[in-house]
Amino acid sequence: MNRRMIEMSILAVITILSIIAYLGKINGWHNGYTFSTGLSITLIILLAASVIFILVLTIKGKLIGRRIVFLYIGIAITLPLFMDISQEIVVSNDVKAVYADLEGLPAGSKILVSFDYDPASAPELQPMAEAFIGECFKRDFKLIMMGLWPMGPQQANMAVDTIMNRMGLTDQDIIYGEDWVNLGFQTGDVFVIQRMGGSFESMFHTDINGRPYQDIPLVKNIKNFSNIDYSFNLSAGFPGTVEWVQVGVDRYGLKLSCGNTAVQAPTVYPYLKAGQLSGLIGGMNDGAAFEKLTQLEGKATKFMLSQSFSHLIIIAFIFIGNVAYFRTGRKSALKK
Amino acid sequence: MRREIPLAITVFVGFLLIISVFFPPVETLGEDFSLSFDIIAVFAFFLGGGNLIRIHLKKLARRETDWMFSIVTLGGFILMLTAGLLKIGNPGDIATSVNTEGMLFESIYRSVFVPLGATMYALLAFFVASASYRAFRAKNREATILLVAAFIILMGSTPLGAMATSWMPESLSIFEIPNLAVWIMSYANLAGQRAIIIGIGLGVVSMSLRLILGVERSYLGKEG
Repeated sequence: MNRRMIEMSILAVITILSIIAYLGKINGWHNGYTFSTGLSITLIILLAASVIFILVLTIKGKLIGRRIVFLYIGIAITLPLFMDISQEIVVSNDVKAVYADLEGLPAGSKILVSFDYDPASAPELQPMAEAFIGECFKRDFKLIMMGLWPMGPQQANMAVDTIMNRMGLTDQDIIYGEDWVNLGFQTGDVFVIQRMGGSFESMFHTDINGRPYQDIPLVKNIKNFSNIDYSFNLSAGFPGTVEWVQVGVDRYGLKLSCGNTAVQAPTVYPYLKAGQLSGLIGGMNDGAAFEKLTQLEGKATKFMLSQSFSHLIIIAFIFIGNVAYFRTGRKSALKK
Repeated sequence: MRREIPLAITVFVGFLLIISVFFPPVETLGEDFSLSFDIIAVFAFFLGGGNLIRIHLKKLARRETDWMFSIVTLGGFILMLTAGLLKIGNPGDIATSVNTEGMLFESIYRSVFVPLGATMYALLAFFVASASYRAFRAKNREATILLVAAFIILMGSTPLGAMATSWMPESLSIFEIPNLAVWIMSYANLAGQRAIIIGIGLGVVSMSLRLILGVERSYLGKEG
């Protein structure tokens, strides 16, 4: 069997397994498998032993291929999904600041939430969005959602659906148009924020469902940022948090905190430390911390074990790579 | 004239928008002018869609490398465009949004696009691991500092980092991994980011002045 055939076979097996898992999920064949604690610890020990074995091989001068690295990352990400091991989530001061802002707002406060990301960044940002929206619903805040990214408003709708299901809320408990509204996407990047400073309606003539702005009870009296009590930005790049700070905060005095991907979070630190941002939820770790504060544990908390394992594996392979470098003196630690 | 007129427009609009920031009677001019961006964006959508079709049809006709992927691209484009424009599966009237539940566009978005987007992002984990293994070397002092910082940030962004150093006494809590990670982000990273932001700011001011004063003419193309 040549390499092409092997790759095609692996792809076919993965596809079949995915279809079975999907059918199982939608038909309720299982409620999710969980390893026992003993099995989990045994698997962790075996994994650690095999990494040590690779280290010994490397010291002996036998280098591994990149497929082995891929395999270990795959194992480190997927196995913890089946493990029932709890970790202590540490809440950073920046995350506490976001929560403190919400605690300080009176019921009925109007909060603007901008969804500036797409499905590619959703695994990191969607859990933050769900926890934030859930906390706002608990505190009876009024949410005005929008997006500077074309797919942001759809992510907003999905987040609302998910959190309402998880909290057991119905459309009668949280009424669209009165408790929350989705104004949709508007093209123009930073100009949208600038023009919203003058008039929201000039940018959003209708909501995402085509309902005229003036017919929506929640927003008909909202002219511009001066009618907004607080704002939250979920961002994965441009346009995003930086643009909201530069125009919304600096020019129009908006109070803003944000949720960012771990990659983007370092770029907003200057604004956070200067007080232009009141809080930051950066990456999945902070997302889990925010879920802990809001007591709405979701995917961020669930996936933290996978993140911990994968980071450990990356650190282990960086170490092995350095051993290979000093042992063989080669630039690449990979097998030729 | 082909050069002078665009230059005159740039100079006039540039100065006008600067003035609008400092003089309240004309402060809404900036917002009014930004409408032109929306108008241009509408044309850009058509241009972008047309360009996508043209390039991939050409690729298909010439049977260029990986022409099969062009079929997928064009198929996906036409399917989403049709589903959106014709509002297939529309549970309401013609004014109903394409994002309404039950609409084909929304179904494809949720069932195909969202998982595919997440998959693409998830693949990064494999490439990051492989790249780190191959390239992260303690070759010299600078590279070693980078390596140590990466180790702290990687550990600091998981609960394991906190657990690993939670035994430390209170007096040494600054050396706990999460605190070290916060220190790196709040000082070392902050200094670098601020330098970049200030540099970009100065560059933007300088380039804007060159454009407004007519020194920079590359945007005019060959005519400049």
